[in-house]
Amino acid sequence: MIGWIDTIIQGLLLGGLYALFAAGLSLTFGIMRLINIGHGDLIVLAGYLGIVATDALGLNPFWSLVFVVPAMAVLGYGLQRVVLNRTLGTDILPPLLVTFGLSIILQNLLMQLFSADSRGLNAGPFETASIALPGGLAVGVFPVLIFVTAIAVIGGLQLVFSRTSLGRAFRAASDDRVTAELMGIDNRHIYGLAMAIALAIVGIAGVYLAIRTSIDPTVGPSRLLYAFEAVIIGGLGSLWGTLAGGMILGLAQSIGFRLDPGWGILTGHMAFLAVLVFRPNGLFPKTRDR
Amino acid sequence: MSLIETRGLTAFYGDFQALFGIDFAVEDGETVAIIGSNGAGKSTFLKTLSGLIATRAESVVFGGEAIGGMAASRIVGKGLALVPEGRRLFPSLSVEENLVIGGYSKRPGPWTLERIFKLFPILAERRSSPGTALSGGQQQMVAIGRALMSNPRLLLCDEISLGLAPVVIADIYAALPGIKAEGTSVVVVEQDIGQAMKVADRVYCFQEGRVSLSGRPGDLGRAEISAAYFGV
Ligand SMILES: Nc1ncnc2c1ncn2[C@@H]1O[C@H](COP(=O)(O)OP(=O)(O)O)[C@@H](O)[C@H]1O
Ligand SMILES: [Mg+2]
Repeated sequence: MIGWIDTIIQGLLLGGLYALFAAGLSLTFGIMRLINIGHGDLIVLAGYLGIVATDALGLNPFWSLVFVVPAMAVLGYGLQRVVLNRTLGTDILPPLLVTFGLSIILQNLLMQLFSADSRGLNAGPFETASIALPGGLAVGVFPVLIFVTAIAVIGGLQLVFSRTSLGRAFRAASDDRVTAELMGIDNRHIYGLAMAIALAIVGIAGVYLAIRTSIDPTVGPSRLLYAFEAVIIGGLGSLWGTLAGGMILGLAQSIGFRLDPGWGILTGHMAFLAVLVFRPNGLFPKTRDR
Repeated sequence: MSLIETRGLTAFYGDFQALFGIDFAVEDGETVAIIGSNGAGKSTFLKTLSGLIATRAESVVFGGEAIGGMAASRIVGKGLALVPEGRRLFPSLSVEENLVIGGYSKRPGPWTLERIFKLFPILAERRSSPGTALSGGQQQMVAIGRALMSNPRLLLCDEISLGLAPVVIADIYAALPGIKAEGTSVVVVEQDIGQAMKVADRVYCFQEGRVSLSGRPGDLGRAEISAAYFGV
């Protein structure tokens, strides 16, 4: 019994990491209907930036966030303005093709720079520290931190969306980009800011990933897949839905892993397929088809 | 100098030419109506003035500046606002947010949220509703208020009476004097010729992408208008 409760808690906490993977994808899809196939590789890039920064600074890896997050935001804005804005239009194929190309370029670039060896970040005893709960349960401090970060990120995004002028502009551009232009909203700039925020979150996700496990240049696509599954399970365009989607995916993987260590990834995909079959629009859909 | 003037303005959708050499002008403080049957090019003309459709820079001169083909998001900041055909409110935004976002360009001027609520008091009561939950007439009020929030020197209204009951149309047109009193010039596109003649200082009639007739309502005869409108 205790073992199962432990499995459930671990699974839900793992969902926090998946929500961090997915939040940026959810954001850019919600605002500009852009599905970024390079999203997972950008997470890995952020992980390597964290490794480089940590090597250079010689400090605890968490300090690398101070460098990685702004660097990824700037990269996001530039990428959107210089490349991705040109691919957006009525046809959904160009952005898919271009970001698929981006994914391949990033993987090769990382391979050239860092070789195929896996590397990770060492956050010291913090990584394995745990908090004892009643009943002989224990939760890791780092998984809890990841989960709290995910809630803070998604809650923060939700506040930006509902309370700020930028958030109104995001929603207006998402509803109707032509009419948004009539309001004086420069969509190219707004989309740039959306990608900057998305990649800032990717920055956090990448550093956390490199602390939690080790990374190599080929692990991006599977992170994209988890992120994608979390977004679809939660419902396109819904940020809290994305958090819920991440938690459901984490839970399914964790339960599968407990049943048989070989099954974890598979049960995650099966949960995703089950949602697709029974709730094709996800659990908390927000997007209207227009 | 006119507030806005077009000279030989053309507009295309791909290879399809929708406008053929439109000469048009609005003076400061004037209300001008554009009439014409469906497909005549009225909406295309307003969209071109607002920057949504490309055209040669010099073919639109607004406040002495050539603005043809400039990005729509910049043109609104220069004081030209469009109330688009079909209202196009933002469904994810409340009534109040729809109005506030109209002021995104931060152009200074007399119009504020409070002033809009004075102009259309019913909107104050519905301020927190989603814009698209309102009746057609109220949605049209939001669309007009949203455009006014950019403090325009020239307000372009595309078929604001379309699909509305006569009493509602009267309510909406009752706001016009208050808008003009702020020194705003107005262009209304109307299929309802009677309504257009009533409010306009001058009228242009469009037919198949060209100006088929223009003049002061009092100077134009019925037969003349009918010929320009229907092309018979
Ligand atoms: N998005 C578009 N793509 C192609 N042709 C269009 C488009 N919008 C309008 N047209 C054509 O341009 C012409 C003028 O249309 P429009 O300006 O909407 O007329 P009006 O507003 O006077 O009814 C019509 O022949 C119409 O079919
Ligand atoms: Mg029209």
